[in-house]
Amino acid sequence: MSDSLIEVTGLCVDYGTGDTAVHAVIDADLTLRRGEVLGLAGESGSGKSTLAYAITRLLRSPGVITGGQVILRRDAEPAVPLLAAGERELRGLRWNHIAVVLQSAMNALNPVMMIGTQLTDVLTAHRPEMSRADRRSRAAELLDMVGITADRLRSYPHELSGGMRQRVMIAMALALDPRVVIMDEPTTALDVVTQREILEELSRLRDRLGFAVLFITHDLSLLVEIADRIAVMYAGRLSEQAGARELFRSPRHPYSHGLLNSFPSLHGPRRAMEGIPGSPPDLREPPAGCPFHPRCGYAMDVCRTDMPPRFTLNGGGRSAACWLQDGTHEVPAELGSVGSGGDDPPVPPRSFAGETAPAATAAPVAEAGGQA
Amino acid sequence: MTSTDLRPAGTAGDMTPALEARGLTKHFPVHNAGVRGRGAVVHAVENVSLSLPRGGITAVVGESGSGKSTLTRLLARLIKPTAGDILLDGAKVAGRSRRGYANDVQMVLQDPFSSLNPVHDIQYHLARPLKVHGLSDYGRSLDGAIASLLNRVSLTPPGRFTSKFPHELSGGQRQRVAIARALAVRPRILLADEPVSMLDVSIRLGILNLLAGLRERDGLTILYVTHDIASARYLADVIAVMYGGQIIESGAAATVTDEPAHPYTQLLLSAAPDPDRTEPPSLLGRGSPPSLVRPPSGCRFHPRCPHAMAICATDAPPVVEVAPGHSGACWLHSTDRTPAQSRPLAQEEQAHTTLAQADGAGPAAAADQNPSTPEEPGAET
Repeated sequence: MSDSLIEVTGLCVDYGTGDTAVHAVIDADLTLRRGEVLGLAGESGSGKSTLAYAITRLLRSPGVITGGQVILRRDAEPAVPLLAAGERELRGLRWNHIAVVLQSAMNALNPVMMIGTQLTDVLTAHRPEMSRADRRSRAAELLDMVGITADRLRSYPHELSGGMRQRVMIAMALALDPRVVIMDEPTTALDVVTQREILEELSRLRDRLGFAVLFITHDLSLLVEIADRIAVMYAGRLSEQAGARELFRSPRHPYSHGLLNSFPSLHGPRRAMEGIPGSPPDLREPPAGCPFHPRCGYAMDVCRTDMPPRFTLNGGGRSAACWLQDGTHEVPAELGSVGSGGDDPPVPPRSFAGETAPAATAAPVAEAGGQA
Repeated sequence: MTSTDLRPAGTAGDMTPALEARGLTKHFPVHNAGVRGRGAVVHAVENVSLSLPRGGITAVVGESGSGKSTLTRLLARLIKPTAGDILLDGAKVAGRSRRGYANDVQMVLQDPFSSLNPVHDIQYHLARPLKVHGLSDYGRSLDGAIASLLNRVSLTPPGRFTSKFPHELSGGQRQRVAIARALAVRPRILLADEPVSMLDVSIRLGILNLLAGLRERDGLTILYVTHDIASARYLADVIAVMYGGQIIESGAAATVTDEPAHPYTQLLLSAAPDPDRTEPPSLLGRGSPPSLVRPPSGCRFHPRCPHAMAICATDAPPVVEVAPGHSGACWLHSTDRTPAQSRPLAQEEQAHTTLAQADGAGPAAAADQNPSTPEEPGAET
């Protein structure tokens, strides 16, 4: 798959070790493709941020990566197994190839340094060959890119609004022209209008610079709008992956279905909605079988005992970890029908180009919980 | 200043609203404003009139700094208004005891992680208001009263929860305890300030449905304050939209969201996440809310407004009823203006106004948007 930038396979992350270890990410398979926006949706404690930190090797103790592989692919350069990379190698890759934007822009900027200094610092560290004047003009160019005038270079963070600070964070992430930008809830703390402006900016920059984005958020309704593909996480596992529109139109996992039905619509008749009963599980004592079964309206006997593997659907375009999709069960209409697969209009998102489709419509791709 | 009399149409049979704000205004003094800024105030809430019809759910929608939380705290009588009146069942409350008022009007806060005391169990949290307010008519035992409260918020069986501590509960369960605590004194009016914004998406609806059920079963009057206009449309009968400390539009929930009358409401709707949207929205009136230390002249939205006219920069807009029960404070809907006043505000003029403000207010303008700045207690955190 030459189209991929980051390939994650079987990634497992624990917090703590031994019997008391909490499995925060379990057997995650995820591929970020060139130039796409991949949305990672999940509630608090679902492991979405942990997954991102593990990919970038920013995970702090007591987090431990206990298994799996993360491959970073680069143009004309050998692929790097990130989990095996040393500190030195990582330092060369971070920011240059993979940049990160964190949620709390308020705290991410140094309050006693001017914006311009913080921007040029990145260049001083990573591009020592640049002259002072070059760094200065690059910093101005970066600010301009995110819609902030160059006179703000001399501003301190407290003189900027939350939205502007988040823009500065994005500018900083793009300073070395990375191929991958990982954004962890980049707009959650902002007002809707500011959020929308930043998302516009982001999509403009993506079109211009061609980087890929891993966009992590709890707001699935927002992801449907901005992402090319969406991966949904629940209790440390990727429960469903699909193209954004496909996921919205016909979710195949009961959790995605429930989540989509937790966002009241802005249109049409007002109707009572149920959301999802219960609460997300305590990962210290995860339920047996499928972690979603205690809240699932479709739970069967097998769900209470066995973790469902990921089933690929629609010829490989999407997958869901749900026993309903194993090809032997009657699938409720609202969760699509595996046999036909025809209720989805063919939506070939640009990012699916390099996919080689398996012949079977429903085939387990991984034995569940192998390492967990 | 023109009166912004934006009282939503009553829905209940009894026309006297359960709770009413008349011309409510709150100015917070600005400290450390320097010599030039001495005596400066943050105009957090300006001349707001709002009535909560008996047994109705009214939503106040706005962004951070719009004054919605300040309005809620005024209505809860946690802070004193600079001007204006609060009327409970049609009678002014100024000068009456706070404790008696709290018997009728209770508040639920945004953050269930900090609004419960971590060192006390649930039993204590619920027993406290019963004891403080000396409510003995709950039946013979305190335990019975507490059990019935937990039942009302669907924390069942109650026995499983009474001896738990807040950290043993999920966010949704904690918010249910907070609601139960508010219900303990059997209030008739519940003021809920962003009650679900800190909760996980999958459990938000559970809390909203709980509020809807309390209205349905017990006839509770509810004020639902939120930044999420979709949830307001879901829950409320009436939506009032706030901008820059004023209510700029109000009407039936579905009407306000389906046929917004004010350009700001239109902006808010176009910016809201909407999976049904097929094309990226066009944002008309982008930018940030104004400084409330020196609010813009005329209409507070005019520096950003895509339809701004000459009059918008000089005169505050009247409240116009665009349809029965649906009103907006916007000159577009008024014919009470001369052709000269109706000419579109040139972009330079608009830009100039904006710039002048930004310059004039200096760092204060930025500080306005900083939620942690103590100068503006009205801002959300």
